[in-house]
Parts: sequence; C-alpha cells; structure tokens
Amino acid sequence: MPDSLTRAVRWDTVVGALLVVVLLLSFTTVDGFGNALNLSFLIGNTLPIALIALPMTLLVVSGEIDLSVASTAGLSGAVMGALWNQGMAIETIIPLCLLLGVVCGLVNGLLVTRLGLPSLAVTIGTLAAYRGIAQIVLGSDAVTDFPSAYLDFAAGRIGDTFLPYAFLPFLVLLAIAVVALHATPFGRSLFAIGAGEEAARFAGIRVKRQKLILFTVTGLMSALTGVFWALHYASARYDNATGLELSVVAAVLLGGIDFDGGKGTLGGAVAGVFLLGALQNVMSLKDVSAQSQIVVTGVLLVLSVLGPRVARQIAVARAGRKAATAPDAKTPAPTS
Amino acid sequence: MTHPSDTGPAPVLALKGISKSFGAVRALRDVSLELFPGEVHALAGENGAGKSTLIKTLAGVHRPDAGQVLLDGEPVVFHGPGDARDAGIAVIYQEPTLFPDLSIAENIFMGRRPRRALRRIDHKATHDATAALMRRLGVELDPDRPARGLSIADQQIVEIAKALSFDARVLIMDEPTAALTNSEVARLFGVVRALRDQGAAVLFISHRLEEIFEICRRVTTLRDGAWIASEPLDGMTEDDLVRRMVGRDLAELYPKQDVTPGEVALSVRRLTREGVFTDVSFDVRRGEIVGLAGLVGAGRTEVARAVFGVDRWDAGEVEVDGRKLTNGAPSTAMAAGLALVPEDRRAQGLVMDMSIERNIGLTGLGTTVKAGLMDRGAERSRSLDWAVKLRVKYARIADTVNTLSGGNQQKVVLAKWLATGPKVLIVDEPTRGIDVGTKAEVHRLLSQLAADGVAVLMISSDLPEILGMADRVLVMHEGRLTAEIPRTDATEETVMAAATGRVA
Repeated sequence: MPDSLTRAVRWDTVVGALLVVVLLLSFTTVDGFGNALNLSFLIGNTLPIALIALPMTLLVVSGEIDLSVASTAGLSGAVMGALWNQGMAIETIIPLCLLLGVVCGLVNGLLVTRLGLPSLAVTIGTLAAYRGIAQIVLGSDAVTDFPSAYLDFAAGRIGDTFLPYAFLPFLVLLAIAVVALHATPFGRSLFAIGAGEEAARFAGIRVKRQKLILFTVTGLMSALTGVFWALHYASARYDNATGLELSVVAAVLLGGIDFDGGKGTLGGAVAGVFLLGALQNVMSLKDVSAQSQIVVTGVLLVLSVLGPRVARQIAVARAGRKAATAPDAKTPAPTS
Repeated sequence: MTHPSDTGPAPVLALKGISKSFGAVRALRDVSLELFPGEVHALAGENGAGKSTLIKTLAGVHRPDAGQVLLDGEPVVFHGPGDARDAGIAVIYQEPTLFPDLSIAENIFMGRRPRRALRRIDHKATHDATAALMRRLGVELDPDRPARGLSIADQQIVEIAKALSFDARVLIMDEPTAALTNSEVARLFGVVRALRDQGAAVLFISHRLEEIFEICRRVTTLRDGAWIASEPLDGMTEDDLVRRMVGRDLAELYPKQDVTPGEVALSVRRLTREGVFTDVSFDVRRGEIVGLAGLVGAGRTEVARAVFGVDRWDAGEVEVDGRKLTNGAPSTAMAAGLALVPEDRRAQGLVMDMSIERNIGLTGLGTTVKAGLMDRGAERSRSLDWAVKLRVKYARIADTVNTLSGGNQQKVVLAKWLATGPKVLIVDEPTRGIDVGTKAEVHRLLSQLAADGVAVLMISSDLPEILGMADRVLVMHEGRLTAEIPRTDATEETVMAAATGRVA
C-alpha cells in the first residue's frame, strides 16, 4: 500500500480504537447507555450526520468542502412541509425535495467550477441563502402530521433490536460510497485531484466535471437527510438540522480525511461519525446542555484537524529514520 | 586540493576530510574543498552525489560526523545557519523566497532596518543602502519596488544583495541558473564576476556544463558521496568532466538515430490563442523528432498546452492521426493518441504525494478497469512494467514520488505517458534539472521512440539538445512560428537568429 494510505489507515485505526474504547466505557459506566432503545436512539440521531458524511468525505478528499449541507436539509424539510400543507401526496413530495437538493448542489458546484470561486466562501453564502429560502417557504410553522407509515419507518426500530429501520438503507448507501471512493477510477481520480489538481488535469482527468458531480450528489444526500430528519423527528421546520454541517465536518475530519485533500478513507470517516454520535449520546444521558455539546464538537473539530497531522509527522519521522538506515537508500531527502 | 600557494592568498573557507552519514547512508565520505577569495569554484556531480549535503554542511544546516570546517585557517563549528551567516557564508538557492508585499529594500534589511531617533525606521537610509548594494552589483533595480512580480533572476539578485549586506565573503549558489533565460544568465554572471573581482569566494553549482566552463576557474567533483578531484578547468573538456562525474565514459549524449519520416501524425493548423500565440501551423511525422526552440516566453509551452487541451484555443485546429481534437479537452487528446510530458514535473507531471504505482496508473484509469472497478493487479503490473523499462531507481513501487531524485521523477512522468502507447509525444523541457547520465538515457529513449514510429515534438531551451536530437527545428518568437530549419542547416547561430527575431 502507498505510504499516504498506510498513514491514513493508521489514523483510521486510532479512531476505530477510540470508538471501541468510548463504547466500552459507556456500556460499563453510563447508566441507560447499553439498552437497545438508547442504542437505537444513538444510531437514529447519528444517521443525519452519517448520511451527509458520505458525500462530504468524497468532497473533502477532492480538496473541496460544502458548508451548505444543513441548510439544504432544512430547505428540503421546509418544502416538504409546505407542499404537504398544500395537500400534495407524499409520494410526489419526496422526489421533488430530492430534485431540489440536486438543484442546490448544482448551484454550489457551478459557482465553484465555472466561476472558480473557493468552495468555502460559496457554500457559506448558500448556507445563509438556502436557510433564508426555507424560512420564506414555511415561515415559523411546524408541520407534524405526515403519514404514520413514513413516520414509523423513520423513527422505528427492527423489533426489539437496537437497529433503526433507516439503518439498512444507510448501509446500502455506505457500500456504494466505499466502492465509489476506493474501488473505481472515479474515486482514484478524486484522490489525485485533492493531492495535485494541476497534475490531475494534465493526466486527462476531468476535474471540473468530477467536482460538479460531487457537489450535486452532496446536495441530493443533504435533501434526503432533510426528508429523513422531518420524518424522524415528526417535525418539518425551517430551522431543522441547523448547525449540522459543524458535526459533519468535525466527524469527517476526525475520521482522518485531510482538510487539504488527497488523503483519507471512508472507514475512518464513518468511525469518526459514530464516535461523535456516541459522545453526543453520552453527553445527553449525562444531562450536558446542548450548548456545551456544541463546544465539545467544536473542540473535537480542532483536535481532528490537529490529530492526523501530528500522527503523520510521527510517521514521517519514523519513515525518515527507517529510510536512513535502509542500505539501498541514497539520501534521506530529495536532493538538488 | 593541491592549490599552489603562490597563486593567491590562503583559502577563506575549507573543508577537510568531511564525512556525514544519515543512518547507514554515507552521504559524504572524506570530502575536502578549498575556496579562495576572488575565485569561482564549481561543484560538480550527478544527482545524489552529495552536493546538497556538502552545501548544507557549509551553510551550518548539517554538522559533519568527522572532519573540520576551517574559516581563515581556523577550525569552526557551526551550530546552525545563523552561525554560518555570521561567519560570512551565504547560500543563494534556485528559487528565492522573498516577501512579495515588501519592497526590495525591506526584503534586504528585513528585521534589521536602520533606525532613527525613537526607534523609528529610517526609510531613506534603507533606500540608500540598497541603492549602494545594487550599484556594487552593477544592476539597476529600484529599491522601493515590491518583490511581487520580480523575475526569478531579479529575486536572486536581491538575495545576493542581501548576502552582501551581511558582508558575506563566501557565496554558495545552488543551481541558480536552472530557471533563467540566456540573457538573465549573462547578467547573473556579470554580477558573479563583479563579486569575484571584489574578492568574494563563490561556490557554483550547475547541471549545465558550459556554464561551469564559462565562469569557473576550478572544479571539485563528487561521486556517490566521495571526493573525486579538485582541479583547474583550464585544459579540461566537457567530456573529461562528465567522465569524472559518472565514473565511466558516457555513451554519446545525443544518440540520434536516422529515421525516414512516415505519415503526418500531428497536424496543427493556424492555431491561435489571443495575446499568447498567433497563427501557428506545423506537422510532425511518424518517426520524426521535431525541436521547438525559442526564448522563454515565446509561446512554445503555451502552444503545447493548447494542443493537448489544458488551455483552450481561440482559432485553428489540431489533428492527431487524422482525428480532429476537441478544444480544451485533454481526455479526447489522450484518446486520439497524444501525450504531453509537461514543463513543471512537480506541479503538472506528478502528484508528489502519490506513489510511483498510482502516478503511472493515473493515465490508465480508463484501461486498468474491470466491470467498472479498478483492476489493481492490472494497474500494478502496468506501472511496474514501465518503471522497470525506463529503469526508474526506487526502493518500492508504493513509495511516493517525492522520495525520488529529479531524474527519476522525470522517468516516472515519461513512464506514465509511454504506458498510454502514444502516437504523438510532446515533451516540454524533458531534461531540465536532471543529471547528465539520466539526460543521456532520456535522449536514447526519445530516439528509440521515434525509431519505433512515434512522432516526437521536443520543446527545449537547451540548444545543444535541440541541435543534437531534432530532425527539424521550429523556432518561435513572440508568439509566432518564425522559422523551420532542417537538421543540416540548424546551428546555434541560425536558431538564435530566428528566436531573437533577427531574420533566419
């Protein structure tokens, strides 16, 4: 395996191990953590982060980011509520919401690829704009009377197990994302774009097209998350999922996806997502206030940018020492 | 080492029996070197010979494991670059690092600007001191001009002025000419001569042998970390020097095979990109190596970029093997059989943080695929195959390319493109900054490719390379093709006349 990957794998392992430790500690020391109902809450509450983290991982690997995801989810939920109030059938509404997500993603993608604007700036702009449109669409209403079959699916669990119904479709989407990133030419090109965009272009990779696809898929998944959110919590409001982008980005970076692009694995990202989810769940059980939870998420975000960097520097130092002792290596660093 | 004591003063800086190891790697073994005031001394050697380690030892970055550094005959120990600088040793690197938003004067006196009363910065004194430095160097640069937008050549001059302001007596120049045009090199050499005449000792490193012969008096050669010789250049030939560097007779540097050109493989018609190049038309036939010469900025690289599709063109058309290319679409150019080995291998040729395997694999993303998924076995064997064919020196195919030397990196770029089985190969400065042994290998490879029927377009600023390898030479001047010179008529004079706009 290439060094870049083994180093990332090492960080994946760290996060995976951390997840196991947190789960074990929680099982043994936190009252009410280990029962199936709480675990199903944990997973259900984490699913919105997990769903958006899938395309976000691909986006960050390619060197871009989308901060408008939570607003797109909110807009999708708000439109869903408004159309439901109009009396439209839910079977029509959901595809329309997903289409709306595609449009939101396309707008981001076109602004970034056609106008060459930095995605951080573009999506902070659309973060505000999409949320604003959501409020215009639905005002301060809360729509709650969606069909019970849909509500039950989004909030229910399989029998008495800890697995929510919605976890199964997530697994399918996860499998698709893993294959797309790690086993297809498309995924390979994303790593190349993230690590060296110009070299990727000179190798015939259609950089702009790939990025446009990623932004569009991210919009689609955000809208799907918005629909899931409204059904899961049985409430469509314009401010649904506010601040979710912070959790998604924190989880993805925590999972070892390099903010500068070109490095990371989906396994790490998913471990990061559920580590964050488990911590949030434990904090709720311990009656830690929502505000304090946001502080913890923010600190995790900073640590997760720092962690892999430190880990990589240690790995590089170790590799350097190894290279220096290897008999066939000529010089430890590239020379003139 | 045996410098006759009657020809001048004692050495200002000397290394005696220096050894330096990194782990088990002996980067320098018992190396000695003497630098005399008023002399330009060349340091020659292939990539990996130990030149960088030697420079870093002189500059106080590395501390030697054994041996002595003597300053004015007295042993000294440098604990860091600051010590070396205080001792009057300055290093000028290939790519200077100035603060772009500060003026030239501010860059030179960064952190130690003359003060007036109340610790206010004395702008006039800074300005005047800088102007005086520029006069000493015999160049005209406005001290108040911001560093942003200065050419690399001018930035180097600023670095040299900065070194002078520290009263540097020893100037180490690490491949300063690699990115310069011929006229800039001439001006730099003027500055170096001025410094020499003022009594400075200069250690000069360059891959261009003719430059070593032009400006240096003596040369020290390293090979595999060992000292080979220190001797006057007078009476030596380039071949002698190359033999010292590579330790054997070099097979001919320009092994051009005679080939009868076949069908037209690349046809460029009236290609124009506004403000960059205008009305460029030419053909390259199968089996031909066509040289594209011209000064830096004449538009050669830009034509190659447009032909390949990374830039768009405004008018004209390009055909590869009879297929018209789509404007601005490298993927269709590749599909038609076009390959471009770009000018900047670190930014454009390679993803530096990716492995050798995957860098070569990047051009095969469309072919090493099974049922839509990457076929890793096929990818690895394709990459291994080409890395071995081009004799890339690496430890593991999974190592990142930034662990390789420049010459080996260039071979990876070539491997990446040859693996696509191109019908037309455009190479832009294929041997810039790589050592003479690898250079000969690249030339042999290009010659072999042409003999196998590939059409090769070679852009190069290295005139001997153009003259030695090309069947025909196209010359560009200010965005236009100004001459087409057959091999038999191509000389430095005819090519330079066309490149500088004097009629061919």
